Amino acid sequence: MDALPEFQVLHPTTVDEVVAARKEHPHSRMIGGGTDLLVNIRRGIEAPPVLIDTGDLQELKTVEATADSITVGASVRLTELAQHADVQAHYPVIAEAAESIAGPTHRNMGTVGGNICLDTRCIFYNQSEWWRTTNDDCLKTTGSMCHVAPKSDGVCFATFSGDLAPGFLLFDGEIDLIGPDGRRTVALQDFYTGYARQDGSTGDGKNYMAIQPGEMVLRVRGKNTPGLLTAYDKVRIRRSIEYPVAGCAVALKRDGDTLSDLRVAFTGTNPRPVRLDGTEALTGGPLTEETFTALDDLCKDQLMSMKTTFTPGHYRRRVATQMAKRLVQRLFDEGA
Amino acid sequence: MAKKLVSFTLNGRAHDGAAADNTLLLDYLREGLGLTGTKTACDGGECGACTVLVNGEPRLSCLTLVGQVAGKDVETIESQAKGGKLSPVQEGFHLKLGAQCGGCTPGYIMAAEGLLRGNQSPTVGEIRSAMGANICRCTGYVKIIDAVQHAAAVMRGEEPADYPDVPAAQG
Repeated sequence: MDALPEFQVLHPTTVDEVVAARKEHPHSRMIGGGTDLLVNIRRGIEAPPVLIDTGDLQELKTVEATADSITVGASVRLTELAQHADVQAHYPVIAEAAESIAGPTHRNMGTVGGNICLDTRCIFYNQSEWWRTTNDDCLKTTGSMCHVAPKSDGVCFATFSGDLAPGFLLFDGEIDLIGPDGRRTVALQDFYTGYARQDGSTGDGKNYMAIQPGEMVLRVRGKNTPGLLTAYDKVRIRRSIEYPVAGCAVALKRDGDTLSDLRVAFTGTNPRPVRLDGTEALTGGPLTEETFTALDDLCKDQLMSMKTTFTPGHYRRRVATQMAKRLVQRLFDEGA
Repeated sequence: MAKKLVSFTLNGRAHDGAAADNTLLLDYLREGLGLTGTKTACDGGECGACTVLVNGEPRLSCLTLVGQVAGKDVETIESQAKGGKLSPVQEGFHLKLGAQCGGCTPGYIMAAEGLLRGNQSPTVGEIRSAMGANICRCTGYVKIIDAVQHAAAVMRGEEPADYPDVPAAQG
């Protein structure tokens, strides 16, 4: 690791101060726990002249979770979210996802805002400066080619690995932003712009968020549906710490023997978190072998994991699909 | 780069110092204050050797800027032994052979201390997940878990159980 370059750190205590600071320093970066950002800075991936610490923003440290809706502030730490009794009770998928992020020390540091905006990752990107330079730099930094997909024609395939996004996507999540032009709310589905085969989005692994310069995340929200059973699962090379090979969030509802609602979302597969399109077609009947075959087809169509980590893309897609099937079966059995 | 004043509680005593904004807590402790008990290893948040307690919670000092602990309570491995006597966690690692080369040990001890303050009867699963962000390349982890169980027993005021994994010396 290289020594840290010189930068200034600001410690604002109100959101208004942050907005003013962002205006004054357009190239600043927000820092929560710093567990990802400081590593990237030390690897020479980025060199922001100003960091804005979100640790003292008390107004963004609240969690409100009721049977109807969930609102989580951007500065809430992952440990607090994972251990919040109301989140565990009404939104187990989000509590489980938070508990599965990195290791315990990282969760004590890392924040919800940081995980929602987590930089996309790739084996050709998360490397030291000399490694990247000797390997011709990639699209996501200063290079002209994606080494994962040399024929990608300017599309970066770095993978989104945040664990909280899939859970919030299941609850039709929204994200509150504030910037120089005031506040706005964006559907989480539109907040992530990374290339994902089915939605024709314009972004890629490099431009993966619809966040404007000077904007910051205030809160993430979700709306519950009564009777929804939810769970999160994730496969990692090292289970106690590590970014996901793939992560999967499932929500479903069972009425008698009928699967009446099914929502599936993934992380670690595409340059964005993916809420599976077309799962409504699998509902309305019992859970059968055909349901799983159809789920398999949806995953094959919409998950496009590439070799952005040590494991090959086809393996990661199978892992993700298998996790989804197991979770669906488990939750369906639990709903009996 | 200009230094700024920074104040926090370090190992129970008020500390005032000066550090540049880009100073990591780890470097400040080791190079600024000579507290070299906290170790630098991977230097990127992967190994846990640099674990210290901030407000009683284990954190990675290699990914914490000094400014982020202003006004907080920082404890390092140097706070463990008092009056020439090992702390319960240190004693556990000593007696149960939880340390071999010792490079990871300060981090493990601080992570264990953070766990045992909130939970003096941890299950093996809880110990494993609390140590999840630390890496040891010598012990194979079993003895570390024993060491933490020993420390927990001492903290509960119980007689620690006999060590089952090491056979008694012969003859």
